[in-house]
Amino acid sequence: MNKEELKARLEELQPSPAFEEGAEWTTVIVDPVGWEGFSREMRTTKGLEFDYLFCLTAVDWRSHFNIVYHLTSTVHRHTLVVKVKLDHDQPVIQTVSDIWRTAEFHEREAYDLFGVVFSGHPDLRRLFMTDEWKGWPLRKDYEDPVNMIKL
Amino acid sequence: MDVSPQNISNKPFPGEVHPTAGGGILVTKLDEVINWARSNSLWPLVFGTSCCAIEMMSTAGAKYDWSRFGFEVARATPRQADVIIIAGTIVNKMAPVLKRLYDQMADPKYVIAMGACATSGGPFFYNTYSVVKGADHVIPVDVYVAGCPPRPEALLHALISLQEKIRNAGS
Repeated sequence: MNKEELKARLEELQPSPAFEEGAEWTTVIVDPVGWEGFSREMRTTKGLEFDYLFCLTAVDWRSHFNIVYHLTSTVHRHTLVVKVKLDHDQPVIQTVSDIWRTAEFHEREAYDLFGVVFSGHPDLRRLFMTDEWKGWPLRKDYEDPVNMIKL
Repeated sequence: MDVSPQNISNKPFPGEVHPTAGGGILVTKLDEVINWARSNSLWPLVFGTSCCAIEMMSTAGAKYDWSRFGFEVARATPRQADVIIIAGTIVNKMAPVLKRLYDQMADPKYVIAMGACATSGGPFFYNTYSVVKGADHVIPVDVYVAGCPPRPEALLHALISLQEKIRNAGS
């Protein structure tokens, strides 16, 4: 499916979605409200069938967080980037680990380094950092006077 | 340490050989012979934590071939290694592992800090929560190599410098 067809299909799922232009892959920006249903529909809707989540990450924009999902379909060979904008003070979003199993680790990583809470995640705890670690090291406002030399 | 041409030129065996009928007499110092032997068979540990390891492998490969200087037997166990080349970034989580590997090596043992990360943290010196700012915070280092990553020639230079250091050590 080419970009235009993909956009048309997405418009059937989500009324007036916001697309981002100029990137290699079709990029859509969605609201965290209704994310649970939308993510499930992307996985199951005939013709879309995004069955493979190959990257999940978070971006700290200081004013807000973006959770970025890279999805591809091994059936139709099309790829989609979904960005979900989250509040900076209370970043909470519904997990997709029940839809794409791989998200279990990806979401743990995003939680570990950015402090984004994925509600419904079966095992949300530290992944790389030690269990007793305080703070979220990849946040832009992160301070660590012991380990970090500020420039 | 400066590696002057007369230093790196294959120094002959440290001692005097006096040929006699049917053989010869060797006059030397034991310390110098031991140092000479050690410096010519330094076995490196298979250890690499990032991109410097790629250059290190290249140095071991046919094009640069560190075997020419006696480094060919890279060992996968610290028990059999003489020199550890810290090829890459050392993070806080890796530091105890590096310490343990060093402790497990048998004396005499030598350390080369390869590249900016192993020397000072390099590109990760500022604003990182996870990187050790120089491997010498964890274990003592004999030779530092500049570069990010250093070219194989630079690593060879470091290895030859280490040989010089060993040969000139206490006699």
